Amino acid sequence: MTALDPTNTPAPSQRSWYKRNEIAVTPWLFLAPAILFFAFYVIWPIYQSIAISFYDWDGLGDATFVGMANYAELMEDSAFEVSLWNNLKWLLLYLLAIPGGLFIALFLNQTVTGIRIYKSLFFFPFVLSQVVVGLVFSWFYLPNEGLLNGVLGLVGLGPVNVLGDPTLATYGIIAAGLWPQTAYCMILYLTGLNAVDPEQIEAGRLDGAKGWRMLWFIIIPQLKPATFIAFVVTIIGALRSFDLISIMTNGGPFGQTRVLSFYMFEKALSEYGFRMGYGAAIAVILFLIMLIFIAYFLWSMWREEKGR
Amino acid sequence: MRFTTKSMLMALAGSTMLAGAAHAELTGDLKIFLDTSNPAPRATMEAMIADFQELHPDLSIETTIIDRDAYKTQIRNFLTADSPDVATWYAANRMTPFVNAGLFEDVSDLWEEPEIAEALASTKGAMTIDGKQWGVAYTYYQWGVYYRKDIYEELGLNEPANFGEMKSNCQAVLDSGRKCYTIGTKFLWTAGGWFDYLNMRTHGFDFHMELAQGKVKWTDDRVKQTFANWRELIDMGAFIDNHQNYSWQESLPFIVNGEAAAILKGNFAVAPLREAGLDDSKLDFYQFPEITPGIALAEDAPTDTFHIPANASNKEAAREFLRYVVSANVQTEINNGSNLGQLPVNAQSAVDDDKFLNEGFAMLSENSPGGVAQFFDRDFPAEMANEAMQGLQEFMVFPDNLDDILNRLDKVQERVYK
Repeated sequence: MTALDPTNTPAPSQRSWYKRNEIAVTPWLFLAPAILFFAFYVIWPIYQSIAISFYDWDGLGDATFVGMANYAELMEDSAFEVSLWNNLKWLLLYLLAIPGGLFIALFLNQTVTGIRIYKSLFFFPFVLSQVVVGLVFSWFYLPNEGLLNGVLGLVGLGPVNVLGDPTLATYGIIAAGLWPQTAYCMILYLTGLNAVDPEQIEAGRLDGAKGWRMLWFIIIPQLKPATFIAFVVTIIGALRSFDLISIMTNGGPFGQTRVLSFYMFEKALSEYGFRMGYGAAIAVILFLIMLIFIAYFLWSMWREEKGR
Repeated sequence: MRFTTKSMLMALAGSTMLAGAAHAELTGDLKIFLDTSNPAPRATMEAMIADFQELHPDLSIETTIIDRDAYKTQIRNFLTADSPDVATWYAANRMTPFVNAGLFEDVSDLWEEPEIAEALASTKGAMTIDGKQWGVAYTYYQWGVYYRKDIYEELGLNEPANFGEMKSNCQAVLDSGRKCYTIGTKFLWTAGGWFDYLNMRTHGFDFHMELAQGKVKWTDDRVKQTFANWRELIDMGAFIDNHQNYSWQESLPFIVNGEAAAILKGNFAVAPLREAGLDDSKLDFYQFPEITPGIALAEDAPTDTFHIPANASNKEAAREFLRYVVSANVQTEINNGSNLGQLPVNAQSAVDDDKFLNEGFAMLSENSPGGVAQFFDRDFPAEMANEAMQGLQEFMVFPDNLDDILNRLDKVQERVYK
């Protein structure tokens, strides 16, 4: 009885490899599809873009290795410089969507009859396709027939050709882009406002806070998550601006409204382009700029997690 | 839109003669890719292909029609990856990337056949690179000035014969409170048409081609002379304001409403202008007038073409299709007013009885001794054309920037033609 029969004990080696490593392996199994797709559709193309940017290639024939020549040319390319500055304008001015959205959200955050209708009306532009927004605004800006010049005419101001004027055109397009983007930020803030703690407001009120002080010290700190998301989507939206430019000015007049993404498309894929290497070099620069923001977002999210 | 049995039989007779008696019946698949996505050209091509099918019942034809603009990028993929047997494209420099990459079949053998060599001689130059022919043309159209006859009559003006008259006409039009020329430069290429004509009229076809081939600098004094002529018109206020906002289609209402008296355009502008209500009593055509006396007149006449991709699988049937497309009767049929409404490339074809087609045909066959250019963005290499057209648009808005623009174009030229 006391003698143990060694053949009876289930040897550990008989448990399958998966059973032994279940805890370690299972998460990776679940992650595998996503990792594969991410690697194949994101990481690999990034690597390819960087690789192509060192070549001179028309997409058809043989690619010739040219080292940093594409980047050297970018440094002297005035069109690239214009695009870069325009990207900066987009980045800064697009951020106006955040305070704009906050203001409208505060304004709409009340209970009156039909508030849902008002909210949906304000949200409406975000539902529209960017192409439609672009078309509507380019009609709005039309030099002779447009509504804008009609209104300006009423108050005695001369006609302005917003989209035809190289100094104004970019601002005109950004204004068009702000319309849907503000609506987006508004929705983010409306949801955020629902989560504001009424007790803190009560407490603040007892301490005599109202108006701007109430907003600045009580409400806005509580909206921090919403602000963070609004910041992220607005920055990304600004760097991705392409549809509006393509629809409203096609990069013109004489290339003064191009941004990096548009310039990249024009150089690499448009009718007169097909300089794949040069386009890829622009893409790499755009990627590096985005990387700054992505790194910042990741860092602040990581910090948030740590803080808990 | 269907071809008559008679024309079909004649075409049959024509094409089999061309092919020669030794030619066996065609079998297998024939894949045809077309960029003729606008309604009228699409129907024309479909009818033509259906007739070709009836001639060759054993051939299984598969036609794919791709949006005209999307085609320009897709062709790069399908020529390398999944090649059709026949594909449409454009003549001259636009063929160069595909010819250099070895993606178009050399069809010089077709051009040695006597019928084609003689009947298509006028487009041979546009189809030739490195002494070989890389496809056949199937249609082309003239460029010129389309003007409001009724406005000219009201002001007592005649079609101008030289630049002086062109300017004095323009001054009269301006004095009547109208603009001389409508143009929409949003998509840039329309300005290329003006440069083509001004440059070819100021210095001639050969100089224009030297510039296109990068043998002349943009800062050359002769080029500056061309711009100086252009500037005279700009300073007069000849062109509509804010043209940088409009596409060419959006620039048409100015001439339709009588706010502008004329437009420099290809014959494709006639159809929309007629639809908008300008009949032949209101719309007329003249050849772009002489600028430097004694320079042979040359014209823009963009040509659309058919090619056989190098990777095609049924090249025999494709060649037969090309022969069929350029045969005299088919050319007469597909280019008539109810189909493409353009000019046939075959010298033995008849031009449809249309005022503008007749004038254009006469102009190109009798009155363009200097030569026939394709168009700015087809004669110049793509990258040069794109940068240059931006410069042309900028010049039309800010003529004072000219030196800056030309210096910039010189730099581009150095890079593009290295």
